[in-house]
Amino acid sequence: MASETPAGDLRLANLTKRFGVFTAVDDLSLTIPQGSFFALLGASGCGKTTTLRMIAGLEEPTSGQVLLGDRDIAGLRPYKRPVNTVFQSYALFPHLDIHENVAFGLRRRGIRQVTDQVERMLALVQLDGYGRRKPAQLSGGQQQRVALARALINHPQVLLLDEPLGALDLKLRRQMQIELKRIQTEVGITFVHVTHDQEEAMTMADTVAVMNAGRIEQLGAPADLYEYPATAFVANFLGQSNLLAGEASGRAGDEVPVTAHGSRFAVPAARARVDHGPVFLGVRPEKLHLAADPGAVPGAHQHLGGVVTDASYVGVSTQYLVRTAWGSELSVFVANSGVGGRFALGTPVTAHWDPRHAFLLPREPGEDDQTAPLLDEPPVGVGS
Amino acid sequence: MTALAHVSTPAGEPAAPPTPRRGRHRLLPYLLLLPGAAWLLVFFALPLLQLAAASLYDPSGSLATGYAMTWAFGNYPAALEQYWPQLARSFGYSAIALVLALLMGYPLAYGIAQKAGRWKNLLLVAVVAPMFTSFLVRTLAWKTILSDNGWVVGLLRDVHLLGPDGRLLATPFAVILGLTYNFLPFLVLPLYASLERLDPRLLEAASDLYASPLRAFQKVTLPLSMPGVIAGTLLFFIPATGDYINAELLGTPNEYMIGNVIDSAFLVRLDYPQGAALSFLLMAAILAIVFGYLRKAGTEEVL
Repeated sequence: MASETPAGDLRLANLTKRFGVFTAVDDLSLTIPQGSFFALLGASGCGKTTTLRMIAGLEEPTSGQVLLGDRDIAGLRPYKRPVNTVFQSYALFPHLDIHENVAFGLRRRGIRQVTDQVERMLALVQLDGYGRRKPAQLSGGQQQRVALARALINHPQVLLLDEPLGALDLKLRRQMQIELKRIQTEVGITFVHVTHDQEEAMTMADTVAVMNAGRIEQLGAPADLYEYPATAFVANFLGQSNLLAGEASGRAGDEVPVTAHGSRFAVPAARARVDHGPVFLGVRPEKLHLAADPGAVPGAHQHLGGVVTDASYVGVSTQYLVRTAWGSELSVFVANSGVGGRFALGTPVTAHWDPRHAFLLPREPGEDDQTAPLLDEPPVGVGS
Repeated sequence: MTALAHVSTPAGEPAAPPTPRRGRHRLLPYLLLLPGAAWLLVFFALPLLQLAAASLYDPSGSLATGYAMTWAFGNYPAALEQYWPQLARSFGYSAIALVLALLMGYPLAYGIAQKAGRWKNLLLVAVVAPMFTSFLVRTLAWKTILSDNGWVVGLLRDVHLLGPDGRLLATPFAVILGLTYNFLPFLVLPLYASLERLDPRLLEAASDLYASPLRAFQKVTLPLSMPGVIAGTLLFFIPATGDYINAELLGTPNEYMIGNVIDSAFLVRLDYPQGAALSFLLMAAILAIVFGYLRKAGTEEVL
């Protein structure tokens, strides 16, 4: 039924949801192209799940539209929408076996011959032969795949995934990320994936929208978001960033000169979100290099001096904290690919970077440097 | 030798203590069972045996002359032949009362469990509160409410739902109403317990999977509340079938149930063999129905 209607892009137009005085989703507009894998990324309470529930019909928008193709579905009851959800808790029916759980949507639409379809779907999620078991007899990862099969079998125009991997352990989560991506490519259905896990969003989605306080901070391909964030929030939510508070004074040729803590730096104009006034000069920790001797810094690089105050060896890299002359700490990841020794605590070092890796972000006048603390888990791009 | 003994003791000691402790652990469940089991033996099993014996006494005996044990199995067909209408009426009345109680109790339990929010506890207390007064007093209250001079009958006569001489008291209606009222909490509480555990997210999932609210109820809520329905049905049906207070106070001998007959056999007619035989007939019939019901309902959670 759903698969026969002409599909189309999913568009949210000025979507707003208020709970009393709290605005969970604030005038949200975005277009999700048909067949794409779209991730809504944000911390808990940012409105991403509410957005998803409005698409599913489980929450009624205060105002705005949910358009599928040209059809506004915002007024339809959930059971009338060509949209299915994989719930965070899976919400498998405990009294039905796996076969009946997967067949539930087909049966409700009056389809009698379900066995072939159910078996094909169970094969797709690699659960052949599990049809007669009850959900309670399956592991978390298997339940997750049943929830996926139960939604996918209906060939929805849009599949909504609400933190579907949140309950799984790290290893299984990685495995399921690859699995989900494979299935999405195979079935070609639009996936809207809600997650607070930046790595999950980046590895799976074609397009990531970073949400904060009911609004979208930035939307784009994962690499674009990571390499050139638009706001300080994105720079720190998606991976880590060293953000130095400074002042910019307009473009000078292809560059924007910046004064920060008495030193002068420059950022390519193409990587500046603003070119005058209070700015953050940002560099990712893995794009900073350390040199024992200022003379060893390559000519094109920019640099500043400091002292190593912390070093954590995490296998693929060593994560350093370098205290600058004005007391801020920079986070620096050095890949353990060389044969040289590591820097000891208290060693004076020079941190340097290629200006093409730096970026300029708008800054509120009162804000000071922002450097992320060292993480227990390796950051994006280093661990996996 | 002393030195050797000293060496071996500490080595042997750690392994030694678990054995008696594990033994005590194995006994513990039985020790905990003991008081209850003793109570059941003295106040249930032995009287039941005595009752079984009494049902086989010579029916020509009496309390004054004493009863002789003659293995009079004929007591059973005799009692059944004489009192089968009351037995059938017991099951008929309690079955109707059960249907009424389910129709009222299910929405009530569902509302309290899923929709009552912060009123949940208050409503639960309201369901249980009538039980703080005696069963007898509550049934007598109904007698007053349904009496010929009461306002209920007056109103029904005024709107011509009852004829000018029509009455509620001393009718099957009054007895069934009394049964429904008195045993309703026994049905509502287990139902509430199972509906309270129902995860509302399952209903969202059903709705997401094309189930209308009615379908979602039929395919998700109802099957998941079946253990509560079954437990509540049994807790309602078993005592309601054996009840005699409602028929006694709200009915006439024409509405008498098997409980009234047993009551009079023991306390009025002093026909102990017949009273005992009828008691066992009632018990056997209830057991047969319960097992048939459970087999049909097929929930392993209850058995």
